[in-house]
Amino acid sequence: MKAYVYVSLKKSVLDPQGKTIQGALKKMGVKGLADVRQGKFFELTLDGGLNRGEAEAEVARIARDVLTNPVIEEFRFSLEE
Amino acid sequence: MKFGVLIFPGSNCDHDAFWTIQQVAKQPVTFLWHESHDLQNCDAIIVPGGFSYGDYLRTGAIAKFSPVMESVRKFADGGGLVLGICNGFQILCESGLLPGALTRNVGLKYVCKPVHVRVENNDTPFTNACRVGDVLTIPIGHMDGNYFCDDSTLAELKRDQRIIFRYATPSGEITEDANPNGSLENIAGICSPGRNVLGMMPHPERASESELGGTDGFRIFESLVGAMAAR
Repeated sequence: MKAYVYVSLKKSVLDPQGKTIQGALKKMGVKGLADVRQGKFFELTLDGGLNRGEAEAEVARIARDVLTNPVIEEFRFSLEE
Repeated sequence: MKFGVLIFPGSNCDHDAFWTIQQVAKQPVTFLWHESHDLQNCDAIIVPGGFSYGDYLRTGAIAKFSPVMESVRKFADGGGLVLGICNGFQILCESGLLPGALTRNVGLKYVCKPVHVRVENNDTPFTNACRVGDVLTIPIGHMDGNYFCDDSTLAELKRDQRIIFRYATPSGEITEDANPNGSLENIAGICSPGRNVLGMMPHPERASESELGGTDGFRIFESLVGAMAAR
């Protein structure tokens, strides 16, 4: 089973990297773009010893305690068999 | 009365802090390795600057899981004096010893230059040799020094006078231009509720001898030595 974890800055936190990318895209002439937020992506491979419910709990724990800093970031994840 | 300077893989201001304490403050000091729980009966702990664990994941994020930080947390909970400088400040925030987080500089650049910080509170073990309103010139050198916390934490920091240093002009005005990294309210340093843990982005150990261009940073070490002697 694989877990895909997406970490992003909270909406209330300024994202200077996203803003810079947005500026570059604007200079490129990209149209229809309202905002860019930069985040992180983690791909976890689970060893198969956990059922889906257990895996969800474990991945949530990993994301909450290690992969994100709750002061500035939030996460979501998906599991794939 | 002994100082301990932590060493993580990637710390690079550990020797500067050690030198300042041993050669300038003339105090006993020892290095403390990140893999050991033993704080060797030190009376004050310095969490030095650098790039612990290569800044992987987030600055300070991996260091918080090291054995030595477990001991530092207990030491701080018991009122022990802990000074986190630059990456040390980032580690203390990640570890939950100080509130908030240090995020990417607003200009997205590594900023390395002397800055002016105004002393906001001298009723701490780290600033008792200063006066409120003193402007200290101390260098910064960081990519992630943009202090952020939520509104309720900021209100608490203000209410309890736990904002210790703010980026200022040479004459002590708090302006946007004087803010090198976009920090909330120009915050350059904060302390814990018990005032025994301080985190600051500027490097006082780089401004502790006139040969290095200034001695304003030494006031922090001088304050600490005084506080330790009075304990």
